[in-house]
Amino acid sequence: MSTEAAYSAARPSYNDDVVRLFTLATIFWGIAGFVVGLLIALQLAFPQLNLEPWLNFGRLRPLHTSAVIFAFGGNALFAAAYYIVQRTCQARLWGGWLPTFTFWGYQAVIVMAGVGYLFGITQGKEYAEPEWYVDIWLTVVWVAYLLVFMGTIFKRKEKHIYVANWFFMAFIITVAVLHLGNNINIPVELFGTKSYPIVSGVQGAMIQWWYGHNAVGFFLTAGFLGMMYYFVPKQAERPIYSYRLSILHFWSLIFIYIWAGPHHLHYTALPDWAQTLGMTFSVMLWMPSWGGMINGIMTLSGAWHKLRQDPIIMFMVIAISFYGMSTFEGPLMSIKEVNALSHYTDWTIGHVHSGALGWVGFITFGMLYYLVPRLWNRTQMYSTKLIWTHLWVATLGIVLYVAAMWPAGILQGLDWRTYDEMGFLKYSFVETVLALHPYYLIRAAGGLLFVLGSLIMVYNFWRTIRGDLAADEPTVAQLKGAVA
Amino acid sequence: MTDSNRLPPEKDPITGVETTGHEWDGLKELNNPAPRWWVLVWLVTIVWSVGYWVVYPAWPTLSGHTEGKWGWTQYKELEASQADIKARQQAYLDRFEGASFEQIMQDPELYKFAVAGGNAAFKDNCATCHGTGAAGGLGYPNLNDDDWIWGGTLEEIYATLRYGIRSAHPQTRQSAMPAFGKDGVLTAEDVNAVTDYVLTLSGAAQKPSHEKGMTVYAENCAACHGEQGKGLREFGAPNLTDAIWLYGGERAQVYNTVFNAHAGMMPAWEGRLDPNTIRQLAVYVHALGGGEKSAPVEAPAP
Repeated sequence: MSTEAAYSAARPSYNDDVVRLFTLATIFWGIAGFVVGLLIALQLAFPQLNLEPWLNFGRLRPLHTSAVIFAFGGNALFAAAYYIVQRTCQARLWGGWLPTFTFWGYQAVIVMAGVGYLFGITQGKEYAEPEWYVDIWLTVVWVAYLLVFMGTIFKRKEKHIYVANWFFMAFIITVAVLHLGNNINIPVELFGTKSYPIVSGVQGAMIQWWYGHNAVGFFLTAGFLGMMYYFVPKQAERPIYSYRLSILHFWSLIFIYIWAGPHHLHYTALPDWAQTLGMTFSVMLWMPSWGGMINGIMTLSGAWHKLRQDPIIMFMVIAISFYGMSTFEGPLMSIKEVNALSHYTDWTIGHVHSGALGWVGFITFGMLYYLVPRLWNRTQMYSTKLIWTHLWVATLGIVLYVAAMWPAGILQGLDWRTYDEMGFLKYSFVETVLALHPYYLIRAAGGLLFVLGSLIMVYNFWRTIRGDLAADEPTVAQLKGAVA
Repeated sequence: MTDSNRLPPEKDPITGVETTGHEWDGLKELNNPAPRWWVLVWLVTIVWSVGYWVVYPAWPTLSGHTEGKWGWTQYKELEASQADIKARQQAYLDRFEGASFEQIMQDPELYKFAVAGGNAAFKDNCATCHGTGAAGGLGYPNLNDDDWIWGGTLEEIYATLRYGIRSAHPQTRQSAMPAFGKDGVLTAEDVNAVTDYVLTLSGAAQKPSHEKGMTVYAENCAACHGEQGKGLREFGAPNLTDAIWLYGGERAQVYNTVFNAHAGMMPAWEGRLDPNTIRQLAVYVHALGGGEKSAPVEAPAP
C-alpha cells in the first residue's frame, strides 16, 4: 500500500477524461450488442420475429457480432490500453487532442458500420463486413491509436515495458496489418458503396480467415490478456506469478497464432497442405494460450481467500477459466476429425460464446467494476451485493448458453452424417432445424440472463457515479476495521 | 529515463519466491520458472505436429508440396467414406435401374428402397415448398390428398417431376389462366359474380347474381375447368368442386385468383437429380396417400 501511495503522490496528471469516455462507450455498446444478440437468438427460435428488411437475421447478425466485438470489446480495449499505459509508464497520454480524436473517430466507425448493416451494405466477409469507406476511416483512427500508444511508450519514465503493454502493442499493430490485408478492395461506383476484393476464390477465403482467426487471436485474446495482466494483479494485490512464463507465452502466442487461420477451411477447396499447417499450428497454440491462464490464475496464489469476499476477483477468475476452456476447445476443434463433426454446427457458436461471454465479457466486467469508482473518484461501488447478483445471473446465463449449444451442435453434426441401411441420408437438414427449437429456447434464456446481469451492472454504476452507497453496504473504513 | 523502478529483488512474503526487481504502478513480478508440465505438454504438441507433417501433406515447395508418407488426400478420404454408403445403395440400384414402375410396385424390396430414397430426396429438395409432411401451403399443392392438378398416376407424377411446371424445360407442363380482371377481360362486377358462382360449386349458398355468374363461367371458365367445374388435367385446370384450393378458398382469395390469376412454378428436376432419384421421388409422392392406379398395360411376365 505504501508504494502505491508513493506512486499516486508522484504521478503525473493522467488523461483520464478519454478513459472515462471509452468506459461509458463500453457500457453503452455492450448493452446494445447483448440486446441485439438476444433478439437474433429469439429470431432463430421464432422466425416470425424477422422484421423485413431492416431487422432480419441476415442484417442483425453482423450488427450483433460487430457491436460486441468491435464496439463493446474495442472500446474496452481502448479504455484499458489508455488507462494502463499511462500508469505503467508514469506518463500522460501522448498526442494532446489525438486520444480524444480516437474516441470520436472510433464511435463514427461503429455508427457507420452499424447503419450500413441495417441498410444491407456489406462486403459479406465475416467480422470484416463494413465497406471500403468505413475501412479507410478505421485505418485513420487506428493509426492515431497506434501513435498515441507508442508515443506514450516512448516517453515513459519506467525503464522496462510492462507485460500488459507488450500485448497491447501486438494487438494494435497486428490488427492494423490484418485490417489492411483483408480489405484490399476496389470500389466499383463513384458515389456508391459497393466494392470488390482484388483477391477472389480460395485465395480470398484464405486471406479472410487469416484475418478472421487473428481477429480472435489479437483482438479478443492478446488485447484482453493485456487487460488481465494489469487488473488481475491490481485487484488481487499480488505480484504476477511468473515473468519468465509471460515472456515465453507472449512470443509463442503471437508467433503461432498467425498461422492457424486455415483450420476455418477444413475439407474445402483449400489445398491439403495448408489445412495441415492450420491444424498443427492450432494444436501447438494450446500451451502458449494456456500460459496466460496459468499466469492469471497463479497470480492469485496467496490471495485465494479473496474469492469468497470479492466478486470482482470472481469475475476475473471465471473469465480466466472460460479463457482456459475456450483455448483448449479451439485446438480440439481444429483437428480435422473433430472439425468434420463440429464445423457448420452450433458447437462453433457455443465455442465462440464461451469465449466471448465468459472470457471477454467477464474480464471486461471485472475491469469496469475496478475502473468506475476510481475514474469518478468514488471510494467504492454502490453495492457489492449487486455485483454478486450480476456475477451469478450472468454465469448462469453463460452456462445455459453453452450447455444448449454443445448438444445442439453435436446433434446437427451426427444427424447430417447418418445414413440408413439402404445408403440414404436418414435426416434432412430441415428436420435438424426443427429438432433444434428447444435448444434455441434455452440459448435465448441464457442470453436473457446475461442481458439482465448487465442491466444490474448499469444500475450499480449509475448509483456509484451519483455518489450513492447502498444502505447495507459496509464502507471501506468499516471493512478495514473488521479486518484489523 | 532513469532506472528508478529497478529495485533489488525481494522475497514475496507469502510464497517465498523472489521478485524480478521491476515495479510498475505498484505491480511486481515473481521470478517463478515456467511450469515444467506446461513446457512438456508444449513439446509434445510440437513433436506430434512434426510427426503429422511427415505423414500428411504439409509444406509448400517450389514445385508443389510435401505429399506425406501416407499419401492421404481429402479426396481419397471422401471416396473411402462414401464407398460403404454407395455399396449399400448399389445392392438395390442394380435391380432398380432396369425395373419398370410396375415391377417396382410389385417387388416389396424395391418398393421399400424407392420410398426410402424418395423420402430422403423429398426432405432435402421438395420440403422447402411442399413442407416436410408434404402438406403444402398457399400456392404449393398438398401431396397427401387425391386431388391432382396434373395427374396422380406414377407416370404422370414422374413427368411432372422431370419437366416441372412452367419451368425452363422444353417439355414443361404449361398452362396460363388469364388475369380476367387485371387484363380487362371481365368487369369487376362480372368477376364478383363468377367468384360467388364458383364458390357455390363446393357448396356455398347462392347469391342474387347467381345466374349472371353462371353465364360468365360458361363463357370464360368452362373451356378449361369443365362445365361442371370438375377441372381438366390436360390443361392443369384444377377441380373447383372439391373445396381444395391452391390459392385459398376465402371469397377474397378466390376473387383475387380470378382477377389477377396465378402462375406458380416448379423446377424441372431432370438434370438436377439423377433419373433414379426422380423415379424414387415419384414412388414416394405416389405413396403419400393419393396415388392413382396407372392405366392398364400388358400383363407382366409371370
